[in-house]
Amino acid sequence: MAARRISSLVSRSLPPLSRDGKQSCLGRGIYRYGTTAAHEEPIKPPVTVEYDKLLINGQFVDAASGKTFPTLDPRSGEVIAHVAEGDTEDINRAVAAARKAFDEGPWPKMTAYERCRIMLRFADLVEKHNDEIAALETWDNGKVYEQSAHIEIPMLARLFRYYAGWADKIHGLTIRADGPYHVQSLHEPIGVAGQIIPWNFPLLMFAWKVGPALACGNTVVLKTAEQTPLSALLAGLPDGVLNVVSGFGPSAGAALCSHMDVDKLAFTGSTATGKIVLELAAKSNLKPVTLELGGKSPFIVCEDADVDKAVEVAHFALFFNQGQCCCAGSRTFVHEKVYDEFVAKAKERAMKRNVGDPFKTGMEQGPQIDAEQFHKILKYIKYGKECGATLETGGDSFGTKGYYIQPTVFSNVQDDMPIAKDEIFGPVQSVLKFKDNAEVIRRANNSPYGLAAGIFTQDLDTANTLTRALRVGTVWVNCFDTFDAAIPFGGYKMSGIGREKGEYSLKNYLQVKAVVTSLKNPAWL
Amino acid sequence: MGGEIRNGNVEKATISIPEIKFTKLFINGEFVHSISGKTFESIDPRTEEVIANVSEGDKEDVDLAVKVARQAFDHGPWPRLPGCERRRIMLKFADLIDENVEELAALDALDAANLYSLGKAKQIHDGAELIRYYAGAADKIHGTTLKMSRELQGYTLVEPIGVVGHIIPWNFPTQMFVMKVGPALAAGCTMVVKPAEQTPLSALYYAHLAKQAGVPDGVINVVTGYGSTAGAAISSHMDIDMVSFTGSTETGHRIMQGAATSNLKAVSLELGGKSPFIVFDDADVDRVAPLALVGCFFNQGQICVAGSRIFIQEGIYDKFIARLLEEVKTWVVGDPFDPNVNQGPQVDKKQYEKVLSYIERGKKEGATLLVGGKPLPGKGYYIEPTIFTNVTDDMTIAKEEIFGPVMSIMKFKSMEEAIKRANGTKYGLAAGIMTNDLNIANTVARSVRAGAVWINCYFAFDNDLPVGGYKMSGFGKDMGIEALHKYLLTKSVATPIFNSPWL
Repeated sequence: MAARRISSLVSRSLPPLSRDGKQSCLGRGIYRYGTTAAHEEPIKPPVTVEYDKLLINGQFVDAASGKTFPTLDPRSGEVIAHVAEGDTEDINRAVAAARKAFDEGPWPKMTAYERCRIMLRFADLVEKHNDEIAALETWDNGKVYEQSAHIEIPMLARLFRYYAGWADKIHGLTIRADGPYHVQSLHEPIGVAGQIIPWNFPLLMFAWKVGPALACGNTVVLKTAEQTPLSALLAGLPDGVLNVVSGFGPSAGAALCSHMDVDKLAFTGSTATGKIVLELAAKSNLKPVTLELGGKSPFIVCEDADVDKAVEVAHFALFFNQGQCCCAGSRTFVHEKVYDEFVAKAKERAMKRNVGDPFKTGMEQGPQIDAEQFHKILKYIKYGKECGATLETGGDSFGTKGYYIQPTVFSNVQDDMPIAKDEIFGPVQSVLKFKDNAEVIRRANNSPYGLAAGIFTQDLDTANTLTRALRVGTVWVNCFDTFDAAIPFGGYKMSGIGREKGEYSLKNYLQVKAVVTSLKNPAWL
Repeated sequence: MGGEIRNGNVEKATISIPEIKFTKLFINGEFVHSISGKTFESIDPRTEEVIANVSEGDKEDVDLAVKVARQAFDHGPWPRLPGCERRRIMLKFADLIDENVEELAALDALDAANLYSLGKAKQIHDGAELIRYYAGAADKIHGTTLKMSRELQGYTLVEPIGVVGHIIPWNFPTQMFVMKVGPALAAGCTMVVKPAEQTPLSALYYAHLAKQAGVPDGVINVVTGYGSTAGAAISSHMDIDMVSFTGSTETGHRIMQGAATSNLKAVSLELGGKSPFIVFDDADVDRVAPLALVGCFFNQGQICVAGSRIFIQEGIYDKFIARLLEEVKTWVVGDPFDPNVNQGPQVDKKQYEKVLSYIERGKKEGATLLVGGKPLPGKGYYIEPTIFTNVTDDMTIAKEEIFGPVMSIMKFKSMEEAIKRANGTKYGLAAGIMTNDLNIANTVARSVRAGAVWINCYFAFDNDLPVGGYKMSGFGKDMGIEALHKYLLTKSVATPIFNSPWL
């Protein structure tokens, strides 16, 4: 298990969930967040930590240095386990194993159908161990158990099955040339893929990255650590195909990014770290890089929107996963005609949010991931107050133990305030007022980020105009956080490079070889 | 006769024949008698004895099956499930096929004389594999967003075509069933399947497994019966949206007419062939001769892509014939349940007599009978592997699809001549090119008017490889992603947009 707190290199980020992540978040407004839920003793997770080592060449091993780092329970700040701390030497060993597995096989030499079957078996195993993996995920991460067990782990299995189905459908082209040539494009696996995943959705990020890489016949060195590698082994994955190294960004992460024998990098995390990743790739062997970075996504509520529905979805868009989503709808733009009603209802909804031990049934929000994030969020809340935004509700930590924060709503937020500009990555909703479409387009686009946007309107023309005008990688119209294995995800501007999921993700892990053969006497061209 | 012959006595078979569990029509998730109550006999081609009496579906049974398929399509869950749910059910279906391999292989050996050992070790698993392939495609059916020339947002929706009629042949009951049903299921269609009257048994078994896997009632219906009654009712039905047929070119004409005179339903036809197998001077005879033998005699020659016209370049002709004669000696005819057997009986009396009459035509028209040419004595529809040399392009055996173990060998001088003669047929299903010369391989591959070209291999079928004909071998592909698109319709959608920052 473990190392999701994988350092500053993987400081945060990315997205969640499945088609409808709302079941654990809706209704059930029994407690106000100010109840004693979080003051009770944390519920003992129904699982034990068995895997706290690195996975290299099919073996769970200690770090070369023998060092470990503690992984903490965000509900209490107590140590769950000591996890092997990988460093350059471990990355070198993992890359060597992946290199051998790629160059000598059997993985890329297997039939695509065999790769497909192994990935399907992996998905079956994940499903079989659903509750156990979900418990580890919640324990380690603080996310609501019902979300782990009913949404994220099933989605992990779905993603693997989805990419299993791609393995035997990777098509190049035969190409018409301007002359007597027979031309084909071969789509070949790129080689050893280095992947760095964040702590907010460790398992989904695992599937987003590892699924397409394996389907295309690559081998992988993944920096993080989770329960899942064991299942991969049981599924019949050959040694060296998937290597997992937990460790810190500046050491293990940097070693992976700079490695001369890694052919591809994919990173999900903060924009600041993304720059370092790209720079290290540039300085070493020019490996191509896919980046999924931060966001400050607008959620736009138009004058004709169904306000009740918009309030609920905007609430979900921001507070889901303790606000620790890179695509969180963290700038809630509301048309002036419905602004007051919206703010009143958004406040009311936030006050009903169930905050507490994520293992407890009916909870909507658990603790933030760690002390650093916790303090950072509180600092942003302080900025919000100081800058003159109106604190509608929340605004402080919650309980006496663990990294819990009250669901917080600010109104009268202005574009130049830090809470409207920076990615907070916490349960802090900023509501802004707008007059017309042209204005909201301009303001929504006035951000270095461009990850996602939500639009609430029943007007087709408004929906089409906003959709095309927003410089973002995903637009959700009358919905939000609708994730699916087939829907591509990624950023415009400084939210990243490339797309993950769907058919688009295959491109990250394939390289194209053009094969041109001179033809003699062709019957046609 | 060159080959070892074992007479097909059932007593010799060491495999226990399975109990025949399903003999009735499968409609709306239930096994039911035909409305008329009539049955027909399914005959064991090894013994000419009755295996089972199977319900004989007719027009009114097809009507009933279409009604439930229509209901399942218009109001049922199947087309409304997300692709990942259809995939899940189809993966379960594939697992159930794998779990019942022995029984399914036995049914096909009994009914169609497919080789039991091959079925058990490979062919039935291949069927499961193809279902998994299409299961994986079910959540990858993409339309496109379009580049419009004006201020319009344009996109295509790819929708299931509706109720599909599948009319499938008797030569490979399993492969034909999954090849048709797999992509149609993935697309979200509902269907009525009519297996050949010679081989109705495994289709009913597959329908049963599909139900166990969770395919909703009404999605797959199987109506066993004859082509002229049940088959005709499907092709001319006003409420079937598409008919997919594999069989003879002759029947293909009738299917298409039925569609044309009824509701203009979409048609996909995979018909007959007279595929050339072209051996050039530089070919490796030791590799190619066995390939030619299998390419023509596999499944008793009852395969639409059989390489039944062997063109051999003059420089290698004698060497090739000598090697072929050696090879045919190892070819064993006998009970398909015997693991040492290469060739079983023809599927029924009609086919058996037809093949024998072609052999007589060959002799009469002046071809040289190199080996074989006779039926095997005793019971069952066994015919010796038969090779004619000195065949000319105008002979009946060089022109018509025999669908039996009869090989016609012809000599050629130049590549240009081989191309011309290979194309001198109304068919265009497949072709084999045996050469290591890159230019010859490329030139011939592009010149042959056929839907599948195998270079230094033959029968290289693959889930991802579409197969289907040029010319009168039909149109529309089976297998691969192309087959999935037969069962889909494209709807184009356009809507005005305003103030778009880009077009």
